[in-house]
Amino acid sequence: MLEVAIIGVGWAGSKSCTPDLSFQEMVYEAAVKAYADANVNPQVDVDAFISADEDYWAGYSIFEEYVPDQLGAVLKPTWHITGDGLHALINAYMMIRSNLFEVVVVESHSKASDILSYAGIIQHATDPVYVKPLGGHPFYIAGLEMRRYLYETGVSEEQCAQVVVKNKRNAIFNPNAAYPAELTVEDVLNSPYVFSPLKALEVSSTAEGAIVMVLASGDVARRLTDVPIWVRGVGWAIDTPNLDGRDWGRAVYVEVAADMAYKMAGITNPRRQIHVAEVDDKFSYKELQHVEALRLCTRGEAGELLEAGSFYVNGELPVNPSGGCLGVGNLLEACGLSRALEVVLQLRGQAQGRQVEDAKVGVAQTWRGIPTTSGAVVVLSTEG
Amino acid sequence: MGRAHAKELSRSYAKGVIKVSSKFKAEDFKGIALSEEDFKEKKVIFSDIRAKAYYAWTAGVAISRFLSELKEGKIIARKCNKCGRVLIPPRMFCELCYRPTDEWVYVKDTGRVNTFSIAWIGVNASRLKEPLIPAVIEIDGASPGMGIYHMLGEVDPAEVRIGMNVQAVWKPKEERKGCITDIKYFKPIK
Ligand SMILES: [Zn+2]
Repeated sequence: MLEVAIIGVGWAGSKSCTPDLSFQEMVYEAAVKAYADANVNPQVDVDAFISADEDYWAGYSIFEEYVPDQLGAVLKPTWHITGDGLHALINAYMMIRSNLFEVVVVESHSKASDILSYAGIIQHATDPVYVKPLGGHPFYIAGLEMRRYLYETGVSEEQCAQVVVKNKRNAIFNPNAAYPAELTVEDVLNSPYVFSPLKALEVSSTAEGAIVMVLASGDVARRLTDVPIWVRGVGWAIDTPNLDGRDWGRAVYVEVAADMAYKMAGITNPRRQIHVAEVDDKFSYKELQHVEALRLCTRGEAGELLEAGSFYVNGELPVNPSGGCLGVGNLLEACGLSRALEVVLQLRGQAQGRQVEDAKVGVAQTWRGIPTTSGAVVVLSTEG
Repeated sequence: MGRAHAKELSRSYAKGVIKVSSKFKAEDFKGIALSEEDFKEKKVIFSDIRAKAYYAWTAGVAISRFLSELKEGKIIARKCNKCGRVLIPPRMFCELCYRPTDEWVYVKDTGRVNTFSIAWIGVNASRLKEPLIPAVIEIDGASPGMGIYHMLGEVDPAEVRIGMNVQAVWKPKEERKGCITDIKYFKPIK
């Protein structure tokens, strides 16, 4: 079987705002670091490039034209996909597995402060007939989902608040995080309701940064690096767009994506076989919902496990040691690569003050945010 | 049009079944669209949606300097010491050598027309009375093929030629904002 490994990672940010750099300059910084890390010259050694973004975030109606320069990809096979960076990584995985490419680069970034109508863009993603004319800030969709999730599982508002406390605290030990903080559960609970039961501190703030990764076939990976991180399984899925037809209590799209990735990776008991998890926490409750969907615990169990300390860096199953979206920041379509980046650093043993002990297998999961039910899962391992 | 259909047509032309008027007008080939009446009679139902999409593009190191210099009535480029190219618009990295660029270089506000068009249609797709003359201008002092995309002015459209020498016409200093439109247009050098 053709093996695929991540052989280089590079990043710029995450910062709450980067008024000093254009997105090209920011991506160039991340790319140069990734190529140095992977020991590759992009113009000689890389066969293809993929960037992932949403045109409406980027602010260009056909963004792909603006992709190659900063990656060293001028006049090389390059494409731009509308999706999360983890989707790009999965595409790179498939390209290498196809045996047509040996080294493929993926990139994703966020220049969130360039978007002056953030809520407007999200609103534009809702159904034009059934939903959009009703108005309102579309994050009310998170309120709807959180309410139903708490109702079905018995997870409490306090437990959701604790996700924020944990993740922002983890971010203190991550030099690449934009929103570290030492908070108490009371601080979170006392922050005003924004879309009840969701409170202000439970919503991740947007941040800016760029992440670039170099993927390679097994042979090339072994030649170029001593610490290849192997892509063992990939999965992705999207649920129905209908707000009236969704399963609001659970993240079915992640259940499906995880099952696909686990099957490929030969993981039959995720709770035992996975040592570190980076999951999407754009809103506090999403971490718990996604942990359950990833079968890392049974349904309704996530809140109690969090309270018992299981998801902390020194716990039985560390979740979001990076700080997640709540701590690192919501990097828009770069969120997935932000999750994967942390898993790579953890598996390499390079996570410094937040290192999870003996992490050999990790899972990275992303969600494209409101109003989507689009998610992706990647299983990474130190062993091929 | 399918190949078979095309063959059929050409045969019909040959037989003289179809006559093509030499006086045809573009208006004769509009295609079939919905009429205003169709909308009034609600033969089509639609939801009127407008996206709220507003942006403030971060110029970054290179373009910020370029724009500040425009405000001063100057055009600045970056030089890559590896390939030797003088890059305009300036960038902090050379996309061909894939390395940081090395120094700032002022270039002139004169150049030659690399290519041009006479644009008779405006952005709302209606016919213009006075055409726009978009042109790519190779700037003196920059590397061949490097330049500025802009408009030509003070010139009869019929007189424009590739290779024509042109010069920037700047807005008065107090009206410049650090924007590509600080140059009003390029005009021929007499
Ligand atoms: Zn160069």
